[in-house]
Amino acid sequence: MWAFINKLRSPKWFYAISARLQPWFWAAALILIVTGTIWGLAFAPADYQQGNSFRIIYVHVPAAFLAQSIFVSMAITGLVFMVWKIKIADMAATVMAPFGAAMTFVALFSGAVWGVPTWGTWWMWDARLTSMLILLFLYLGVIALRGAFSSRDSASRAASVLAMVGVINIPIIKYSVDWWYTLHQPATFTITGRVGMPMEMWLPLLIMVLGFYSFFIALVLTRTRSEILRRESSKRWVRELAEEVN
Amino acid sequence: MSLRLQAQSLACERDDRWLFQDLDLDIHAGEIVRVEGPNGSGKTTLLKILSGQLADYEGELFWNELPMREARDSFLSNLLYLGHAPGVKAALTPLENLAWYQALAGHGPDEESRYAALEEVGLGGFEDVPAGQLSAGQQRRVALARLLLTPRPLWVLDEPFTAIDRDGVAALEQRLVGHARRGGCVLVTTHHELSPCAELRRIRLGGGGDDVGV
Amino acid sequence: MSVSEGTLAKEVAVTREEPRGGLAVAVWATLKRDLVLLLRRRSEVLNPLVFFALVITLFPIGISPDPALLAAIAPGLLWVAALLAALLSLDSLFRADYDDGSLEQLLLTPQPLALLALAKVTVHWLLTGLPLALMAPILGIMLALPAGSYAVLAISLALGSASLSLIGAIGAALTVGLSRGGVLLSLLVLPLYIPVLIFGAGAVQAAILGDGVLAHLAILGALLALALSLAPLAIAASLRISING
Repeated sequence: MWAFINKLRSPKWFYAISARLQPWFWAAALILIVTGTIWGLAFAPADYQQGNSFRIIYVHVPAAFLAQSIFVSMAITGLVFMVWKIKIADMAATVMAPFGAAMTFVALFSGAVWGVPTWGTWWMWDARLTSMLILLFLYLGVIALRGAFSSRDSASRAASVLAMVGVINIPIIKYSVDWWYTLHQPATFTITGRVGMPMEMWLPLLIMVLGFYSFFIALVLTRTRSEILRRESSKRWVRELAEEVN
Repeated sequence: MSLRLQAQSLACERDDRWLFQDLDLDIHAGEIVRVEGPNGSGKTTLLKILSGQLADYEGELFWNELPMREARDSFLSNLLYLGHAPGVKAALTPLENLAWYQALAGHGPDEESRYAALEEVGLGGFEDVPAGQLSAGQQRRVALARLLLTPRPLWVLDEPFTAIDRDGVAALEQRLVGHARRGGCVLVTTHHELSPCAELRRIRLGGGGDDVGV
Repeated sequence: MSVSEGTLAKEVAVTREEPRGGLAVAVWATLKRDLVLLLRRRSEVLNPLVFFALVITLFPIGISPDPALLAAIAPGLLWVAALLAALLSLDSLFRADYDDGSLEQLLLTPQPLALLALAKVTVHWLLTGLPLALMAPILGIMLALPAGSYAVLAISLALGSASLSLIGAIGAALTVGLSRGGVLLSLLVLPLYIPVLIFGAGAVQAAILGDGVLAHLAILGALLALALSLAPLAIAASLRISING
């Protein structure tokens, strides 16, 4: 455990190990997403209530999962950075934030598109969509706070604290919004809150979710690597690397 | 018991630039240590590290042979730090300002010693004027009154001579020497040239930190 | 309190222990100092209240003076306007201390910073949240708020605004070192305010409908308890970050 943490302290080690890992995740992401998309769009049966419009679930749900997971990952990497002063963790948190915000936006947008056939309108104050919208604001807050500091060290710490505060609040926000929704619109049709989906429907969904996660890991690895090069550009090993390439 | 503040291979990196590296310090009671160096060489940062405000450094700090992380409370109750800004509230009078500092240091309200301290720094008669109406030098003197008000062995002073007139500078210099002679210890940065004395020691921080010498 | 004796001792001695009982003295002195400071700058206390009244005035003008319509939206309006008014004064919570250097000194006491920060937040609530809660019923009359919900409005605001002060102080502490932190502060803090808003406005709504109000107030109390136990730590950590920014 300690040996692993100490290894993480070295950006050089991470740069080397991630070079070996990232092709696997990219390949997995590609295969899973292509399989899931074809299966979900072409072969999964249509929903008996919603018809074909339900197929947007294959984008909406994985994006919503990722949106929440990435915020949690950001809080965890923030904690790791604050406790052990591991720079890699902060670099990963830096590259996660915009991707998480993008996924939140995708979830919101696909939810809105789904709303047209389901509710006949682009936007409903549905509990899930509302929580997702608040999550988007939380992401924007973290990104804005990081950008506001002139010292990068302070920016990293501040963003870590905010991510941790946010992650404690996310379940509270989620529960209170759910409660608020049932109070104002009791028992209306929610777009994803359904049970008893047949296996032909949820298996491609599972594949899509796994594909999105692989994509997330691959992207974070790749972008962290370029972040390492950017931040460590004055270090000797990076300069040697640059000379080798030239 | 006497005091000892040590630093072993201290290094500080701010945004990928080493302010200083491999800095070894051993500061004892009875010393005035002046930290010197050009602008941006990390004087203030070093003082902030040595006063326990910045935890973002490499190397080890020891307070009376104990690692700083364990000795933090005991260290802080022996420390008096005066920063760039005097820490004086414009809307409060010097007496009220000092009352807060007295309480923060864990002392009960003791108006007499506050009056005495203000008198000593040349603010007799200004005790009840809102500090906002005082000059910059006088506000600095309010902060300096804390040196008398709160007896602490280790003084860490960042540019304490700023805005002080010539008489005040001489008196403050006397006070630093007196503190060192009584077994205290002073860590100071200043652009003002301190007159040489037996207690004075210099630490020079260079640009980039490669040429650090003690 | 056991003050280390001999203020004018000739020899300077190293104390091993911090003076016991010093914490209560320090917290009390910080409370008193901040109260005095704010009471000497009365406009800082009055501005949020005027802002609150002004925003409430805008709604009948912007929507409709129809009492039935206003009564329907009054709980939410009052809560949102009070929340924004409380937010308005947050930026100055630590800024003055940061600018004049007393924040550094606060960080260097041997006392736990979280509790000293809590003292400052308490003063903020006493002079912002509490007056807003007391003033809300008057504005409720102007919005034709149905009778029977006035006490609940004031109580829910008093309870809720304490949580708002605590959560907001985290944002204020994170942005105190930034020259233009004001708008950013709102962006950071407002999403975190939503649960308090939901249950606060919900309490007033429940009082109007004749439902049980206690459940809402209990949840507001629980949120406050959670904020009281966690926010001071986050505030302290944020202040330490900002002081080095």
